[in-house]
Amino acid sequence: MFLDFEKQVAEFEGKIEELRHISGDGDTNIATEITKLQIKAERQLKTIYEKLSPWQKVQVARHPNRPHFKEVIKSLFSDFINLAGDRSYGEDKAINAGLARFRNQSVMIIGTEKGNTTQERLETNFGMAMPEGYRKAKRLMEMADRFNLPILTFIDTAGAYPGIGAEERGQAEAIARSIETSLSVNVPIVAVILGEGGSGGAVALATADKVLMLEHSIYSVISPEGCASILWRSSENATNAANALRLTAQDLYSLNIIDSIIKEPLGAAHRDHQTTMTTLGDAIESSLKDLLSNRTKNFRENRRKKFIAMTDNKLI
Amino acid sequence: MNWITNSVLPKIKALVQPREVPENFWTKCPGCGEMIFHRQLEDNLQVCTSCGYHFKLNAKARLKSLFDKDTLTLIELEKQLNSDPLKFRDIKKYSDRLREARTRTSQDDAIVIAEGELNGLEMVAAVFSFEFMGGSMGIAVGNAILKAAELAVSKKAPLIIFPSSGGARMQEGILSLMQLPRTVIATQMVKEAGLPLIVVLTNPTTGGVTASFAMLGDIHIAEPGAIIGFAGQRVITETIREKLPEGFQCAEHLLDHGMVDMVVSRLQIKEKLSSILSILMIPQINK
Repeated sequence: MFLDFEKQVAEFEGKIEELRHISGDGDTNIATEITKLQIKAERQLKTIYEKLSPWQKVQVARHPNRPHFKEVIKSLFSDFINLAGDRSYGEDKAINAGLARFRNQSVMIIGTEKGNTTQERLETNFGMAMPEGYRKAKRLMEMADRFNLPILTFIDTAGAYPGIGAEERGQAEAIARSIETSLSVNVPIVAVILGEGGSGGAVALATADKVLMLEHSIYSVISPEGCASILWRSSENATNAANALRLTAQDLYSLNIIDSIIKEPLGAAHRDHQTTMTTLGDAIESSLKDLLSNRTKNFRENRRKKFIAMTDNKLI
Repeated sequence: MNWITNSVLPKIKALVQPREVPENFWTKCPGCGEMIFHRQLEDNLQVCTSCGYHFKLNAKARLKSLFDKDTLTLIELEKQLNSDPLKFRDIKKYSDRLREARTRTSQDDAIVIAEGELNGLEMVAAVFSFEFMGGSMGIAVGNAILKAAELAVSKKAPLIIFPSSGGARMQEGILSLMQLPRTVIATQMVKEAGLPLIVVLTNPTTGGVTASFAMLGDIHIAEPGAIIGFAGQRVITETIREKLPEGFQCAEHLLDHGMVDMVVSRLQIKEKLSSILSILMIPQINK
C-alpha cells in the first residue's frame, strides 16, 4: 500500500515490477534498467521521507503495515509468557502483556496491539483499549515491582475506547490508576511509541523513566481530526491541526518530552521490519543499561522529579 | 486632558468593564422551565429554587460558599514566563484566547486555589473555572494543583478539588497531556502525607482531568446532574453509532456504577465536607 504522497515511488516500483515480469534470466539490458529504476525510487523515497510534513507523519504512523507489538514480541523477546485478565471483569486483547526475556534480562512487557488481519483488528478493537486493559497493565506493573523486573511498554493506539461499557466501567479511573501505578513502582520503565501515541490512552502506559519514539511516530493530546473538528469546526483542517499540535517525534524531542528518537530505515518502518526491530532492540537495550547503571536505584523518586520538572517554562 | 478624561476614558472603560447585570434579569431554568430572578439564584448558589437544577457556579462564589467568614486566603499563583510555548494558532491565536479569557474572568488561568477554614477545620481548596477556556488543563493548571498539594502537605490540611473542565487544553498540545502524570503526583503527595484528598465533581468533568487526579480522590462527591466521563458524548455517539442511554454519564449514573461515593446538592456540600473532615481529621490532629 502506497500513501498519497508516495505516487512517484509507486510509479517506479510499478515499472520495476513490469520489467521483472517480461525479463528472462540473464537479460542484462533489462537488469541494468531495473537497477537504474531502483536507484531512482530510493532517491525519491529519501527525498520524501527527509521532509515529511506533520500530517504525512500521521499517515505513516498509522500505516497498516507498520510493525505492531505482536511482531516486537516475536523479534525482540524470548520465552514470552502471555498473562491475561484484570481479575475483576475481563480480558482486553487491545493490551497484551506478560513476562519475557530481553537479551538475557528478565522483564515485564506491556503493549497495545492494533492487529494485522480483519479478525485481529476486531478482536483488539483496532488497538483501542478498554478499562480492563489498563487494569491488567496496573496489575502487571505491580507484579513487576514485586519481582524487581524492569517494565517495557509499547504504544500504538489512537486512544482509549470511547464506548458506553468503557465509560460505565470507569475508563477514566482505569487510566488514572495506570498512571498512578507507573509513578509508584520502583523498577525502571522504558516506553516506546511505535506508531500512534493517542492521548490519555497512551500516557497511561508512557509515564516512564525513558520515553523513546520511532522516527515517524506521533504522540499527541488529541488526534488532528478531533482537534480540527473542535477548534476549526471542521475535520478538513486536520493538516493545520497536525501542524499546530507539534506531535512529531522531532517536535517532542525538542520540547524535552521524550528522551530519544529511534531511526527508521529508508522509507519508514513498514518497508523494512527487520532493520526496524534491530535498531529498536538496540535503543531499548541502551536505555535500560543506562537506567540500571544508576547505583541509587531510586527509580520512583527520579521519575516523579522528571515529570514535575517537565513543562517547566525554563525548559521549553 | 479634559476631553480624554471626560469622553474617551469612560468609553474605553465601558468597553473593558463587564456590564452591570440589569435589575430585571430573569433566568429560565432548563430543569423546570421556571423563571428565576438572578438575585434569588445568586443567594441560592446558582441552584434553582423550585427544582434544584444546578447552574454553573463561578470559582469565587464557590470559595465564598465553602470557607468560614474571614478565613479565606487566595493563594497567588506563579506567573508563567511563557504561557503559549507552542505558539498555537487555530482560527484564533491561543495568546489572544488567553488574553480574552483573562480580561473576562480577571483570573490568570482556569483555576483558583485558596486556604482557610471550613467549620473551624483547616483546608486547602482548588477550584476550576469553567468560564476560563472550558476549565481546560494546561501547564498553569497543572502547576496550581501541584502547588495546592504542597500547601496541603505543609499545612497538614486536607486538599479538596472542585474540577469543572472539558479536559486537557488542546492549545498546549503534548504539554497539556503531561499534566496528567503531574497532577497524579500531586495526589500521591497528599496521600503519602496521610491527608485526605476529596474531589467534588461538578458539571462537567471529562477527558484528561477525569483520567488523572479527579478519579483518584479518597472520596468522590458529585453534584446532581453533573456530566462526568472520559470521552465526550458526541465522540461516543460517532464511534458506536447508537443512541446513548438516558442519564448516561450523569452523576447519578456514576453513583450506580460505583465511580462516586455520593451525589450531594451544592447547598449541602459544605456540611457534608465538614462531617467527612471531622471524622477523618480529628483523629489525625489528636495523633
